[in-house]
Amino acid sequence: MYGVGGGGGGFNAPSTTSGRRRNPGDEEEDEEEETGEGRVLEAWERAYADDRSWEALQEDESGLLRPIDTKTLVHAQYRRRLLLRSAADAAVRIQKGLIRYLYIVIDLSRAASEMDYRPSRMAVVAKHAEAFIREFFDQNPLSHVGLVTIKDGISHRLTDIGGSPESQIKALLGKLECSGDSSLQNALELVHGYLDQVPSYGHKEVLILYSALNTCDPGDIMETIEKCKKSKIRCSIIGLAAEIFICKHICEETGGSYTVALDESHFKELLLEHAPPPPAIAEHAAANLIKMGFPQRGAEDLISICSCHKKIKSGAEGYICPRCKVNVCELPTECRTCGLTLVSSPHLARSYHHLFPVAPFDEVSSVPNRIQRGVQNCFGCQQNLFNPDGQTSLHVRCPKCSQHFCLDCDIYIHESLHNCPGCESQRSFSSQ
Amino acid sequence: MTSAHSKLYSDDVSLVVVVVDTNPFFWATAALPFADFFANLVHFVNSILLLNHLNRVVVIASGVSSCAYIFDSGDASPAGGVGVAATFDKASRKVEEFIAQDAHATASNSSAASANAASLLSGALSLAMCYIQRIFRSGTRHPQPRILCLQGSPDGPEQYVAVMNSIFSAQRSMVPIDSCIVGTQDSAFLQQASYITGGVYLKPQELNGLFQYLAAVFATDLHSRTFLRLPKTLGVDFRASCFCHKKTIDMGYVCSVCLSIFCKNQKKCSTCG
Repeated sequence: MYGVGGGGGGFNAPSTTSGRRRNPGDEEEDEEEETGEGRVLEAWERAYADDRSWEALQEDESGLLRPIDTKTLVHAQYRRRLLLRSAADAAVRIQKGLIRYLYIVIDLSRAASEMDYRPSRMAVVAKHAEAFIREFFDQNPLSHVGLVTIKDGISHRLTDIGGSPESQIKALLGKLECSGDSSLQNALELVHGYLDQVPSYGHKEVLILYSALNTCDPGDIMETIEKCKKSKIRCSIIGLAAEIFICKHICEETGGSYTVALDESHFKELLLEHAPPPPAIAEHAAANLIKMGFPQRGAEDLISICSCHKKIKSGAEGYICPRCKVNVCELPTECRTCGLTLVSSPHLARSYHHLFPVAPFDEVSSVPNRIQRGVQNCFGCQQNLFNPDGQTSLHVRCPKCSQHFCLDCDIYIHESLHNCPGCESQRSFSSQ
Repeated sequence: MTSAHSKLYSDDVSLVVVVVDTNPFFWATAALPFADFFANLVHFVNSILLLNHLNRVVVIASGVSSCAYIFDSGDASPAGGVGVAATFDKASRKVEEFIAQDAHATASNSSAASANAASLLSGALSLAMCYIQRIFRSGTRHPQPRILCLQGSPDGPEQYVAVMNSIFSAQRSMVPIDSCIVGTQDSAFLQQASYITGGVYLKPQELNGLFQYLAAVFATDLHSRTFLRLPKTLGVDFRASCFCHKKTIDMGYVCSVCLSIFCKNQKKCSTCG
């Protein structure tokens, strides 16, 4: 389903590379491109030749053109994903790995400088990785992320594994250059070495953003895969080029997910799917009780030196570690002096919605107005649910509280709010 | 998810969503009668609508067993003066209807709804956020939304997760949640809400002058707030309470699977085992 040539976006790669190979000696400029006949194509002409812009139009029943109703398309796509996810959750007892130690491996080999993703694969990867890191820390505040790169067949650790997004993002925005081959085995070996030092209650994960079509390894990659499997590291790969057997094999063996992106927006979608915690296999992480501290803000008149920047700060601007009483600037963090993990209760509360998700809503098909009495407006936003022709447009209904919601509220409730307004506005006097 | 929106509307147009606590158990014993409180609120809503002709106000009532929309200034007829009095009459009637319905629903539920019953703050905040998302979707020219909670009843601990979800959603959409406490005790939920979202938390000392507090502190739009010195809360208590004894703790043990908090180290987590 995800191979080369699937869908409109995938055709970009073959046409541009074949064009380049046929005229290797020609100069390539930014706005124009050579075709086989030697005529220069303008950018707007490329929209027809390469991007097939006529595919964005649809015909309705009488043969007249109309633009695609993106809203119902987006909603239908969204519901499919949601149903898939909840079906998977319902099958096993919901246990999610909430404390995650994730290494992101970025491929900086020669293949990453290809320009089928504009401006280049590496730039697109860096941009979306930054958005992913922010989203990741938003959904998993107690987790840690580190960055590793593969270049010239050797993998380097770009940043140490850490609990705050700023240092990772700063490294991503720095100058990144591509060259050489890529080696999956070296990357996995490096990550395996680092993830071994992680506490046993954490879920170990690797996310590889792979642009190359091959891997040049110094040894037997199957052994490395066995090692990772034994250390319970969950490895997922997002490919930018084509489906590769070894990547699929790694993901199957370690229990991760392998997907190949068709174009830039698809890549972003696939990447952000890795932000919510994956269903956890119970034996992969020991269920411990971790000692954590809940610091309070210091008094206004307390002046001390903060332990992270070594600068003088007033007590009211920082937090006081409950065990060793040093000043820390922000949460969540690990106290530098005594090693206690410091969090505040909203950080823990941010993860609770993963444990109590909202049930998917049922679709309610359009019915004429006279049959459905009493349902005029969406319960959440009071938007009129009726089409101008008197029928109710497509909307949804919560199975628990039977309130009707419009499509936009449905998407908002399930993606961001995680509360059903109807269920919350009802008092259930039975013990919850 | 949407975060910042381009301010193509003039800077000081605001949409205020007012969440009113209509818990009859609280108002039965409150120092200020509900009718006076509602009158103060109506004057406040009027004054916001007078500040800018594009301002909009929505009032949501949170009762003990249900929540509902009471008033939406966007629904009012564009005719001028006569319309204003009529809409406020309509709002007062709707509030009375809502309180009656809510009381009926509470009575028919018939379990021990004690004097300490909490109002459904989580439901009202969720409705407010859904409405605000609709405003964001209406295009690039939209007012700057904010939420004002007038709360008197105590916090219901069973609503903690839902209230926190609404707060984080408001934080992501950059919607400040202001709180004005008209009861006797501080509300920890609303203190956290105002702190996390950047709103104002106030507990007026003199309830008879409620309108003055509302107009001075909560009527200004978000852009102009940067020029004012508004009341600042000193210490928001972010400590957690343990699940076993419900006392606030400084250091505790957190289960790595279900994130339940305990005060003493145990062999097995009692929530997930």
